[in-house]
Amino acid sequence: MIPLFDLGVAVARVAVFFAFVFGLVVVMTWVERKGAAYMQDRRGPNRARILGITLFGMFHPLADALKFLFKEDFIPDNAHRLFYQLAPMFALAPAILTMAVVPFGPPVTIAGKTISLQIADLNVGILYLFAVSGLAVYGVVLAGWSSNSKYPLLGGLRSSAQMISYEVSLGLSIMGILMVFQAIRLSEIVLGQGELLFGILPKWGVFVQPLGFVLFLTALYAEANRTPFDLPEGESELVAGYHTEYASFKFSMFMMAEYIHMVVGAAVIATLFFGGWQFPYLADKGFAFPGGLSVTVPAAGVLVLRIGSFIGKTLFFCWLYVWVRWTIPRFRYDQVMRLGWKVMLPLSLLNIFVTGLVLLLIDKGGF
Amino acid sequence: MTIGVKKVARPEQMSFGESLYLLEIVKGLAVTMGHFLHNIAHNRDIPTIEYPEVRRTMPARFRGCHRLMKRPNGAPRCVACYMCATACPAKCITIVAGESPDPGVEKYPVRFDIDMLRCVFCGQCVEACPCDAIRMDTGWYTPPADTREKLIYTIDGLLEK
Repeated sequence: MIPLFDLGVAVARVAVFFAFVFGLVVVMTWVERKGAAYMQDRRGPNRARILGITLFGMFHPLADALKFLFKEDFIPDNAHRLFYQLAPMFALAPAILTMAVVPFGPPVTIAGKTISLQIADLNVGILYLFAVSGLAVYGVVLAGWSSNSKYPLLGGLRSSAQMISYEVSLGLSIMGILMVFQAIRLSEIVLGQGELLFGILPKWGVFVQPLGFVLFLTALYAEANRTPFDLPEGESELVAGYHTEYASFKFSMFMMAEYIHMVVGAAVIATLFFGGWQFPYLADKGFAFPGGLSVTVPAAGVLVLRIGSFIGKTLFFCWLYVWVRWTIPRFRYDQVMRLGWKVMLPLSLLNIFVTGLVLLLIDKGGF
Repeated sequence: MTIGVKKVARPEQMSFGESLYLLEIVKGLAVTMGHFLHNIAHNRDIPTIEYPEVRRTMPARFRGCHRLMKRPNGAPRCVACYMCATACPAKCITIVAGESPDPGVEKYPVRFDIDMLRCVFCGQCVEACPCDAIRMDTGWYTPPADTREKLIYTIDGLLEK
């Protein structure tokens, strides 16, 4: 039997992280629209108001959600009814599942019990992450095929080809990190990043694996179907791609899946390459700067700083998605494939080779 | 005759830095961030006009919605001569003439309908009018309506403008 305390903790953890991710998704839809507007010298959403307050258009996501709820939920005549209905679920479920292994903060000790701020600290950690996020392609392919319409089919085909080819580099680009930190458990990777590199730099993934970081970021954008790789829904040629035939809440499920992918992707980059919840030079007792200077910080302050640093990093990478989207035009399809197979794949293999070589030399050299 | 051939200047060969693409992306990101920050700091500089509340002032010669002029006593200035209806290339003006109650005026329009769905805003009716009874100087274009009937403007509405 599971003790009541543990059960309560588990439920609370799921609830809080779920609320965090979904809250961020809602905010991200607003950030996307407002950010796009400001980058393009427009004003963006500013109409939805409650009691005369617009709050910079913050109520637009609410209005959108309400609109989706009240729209007609139709199924096209010639669609495959079962798969058509299943596709949004297949899209949304893996997106939500991936957030389970992301550590939001260091383990906390409450009433003599250690609670890790992570829904599930799986020993396969990162493998689980890729296994589940790899399932996301099913939602897209099923949606494209079951709609029985040409544009969704093309979108589904494109995205299956794209997601599968970028999954290769996504997986390989992470190898370097696994080799450096000797762990696939995400919490251990984060712990490993708390050390210092050459006594100056924090030993973050981005400093030990700069190439791996660039490759991972690019592959992640392709994996999340975000610009410049948003071919599956390239609106100028495919109407809306794989979700053309979807309306109402089913469409919003695809939308949510995309944004959850973004948020979780941002959290994963922060975890793997930017130290997760590690705050630069912050140890358990307080700051310890390389010059020998140290500042004592109370335990609660350390906890807040660490969780805050994780949230800050996640927010930055969420913003980076938006920022990149409104900066770079979409790739042509053959360019995406060429980049994926001819550039990313060799580079990620090279990255593994060089990492292995350096690790071997360090090992032999004894430093 | 052969088809003329025009040589279009091809972009120069990309330099190594450009072909790496990453550096160029960072430059692009700097441009968009510049716009973003500028627009946040100088919100008023954004050229958007908040349309229904704020309206652009049209130039003086802008041909907008029609209006019919009135005499000093309030009667329409129009004498139902059909000049505008004849000049109209879109055939959107329908006039029914009647005998004017005013002894000094021969005719007046009983009906004067303009079908705004057909009007092409060419201004030929204004040019044709011998009494300056129809003008297009309201400075505003046709507001939307939810039925076709509402877009056929009748004499009462046209006189009020």
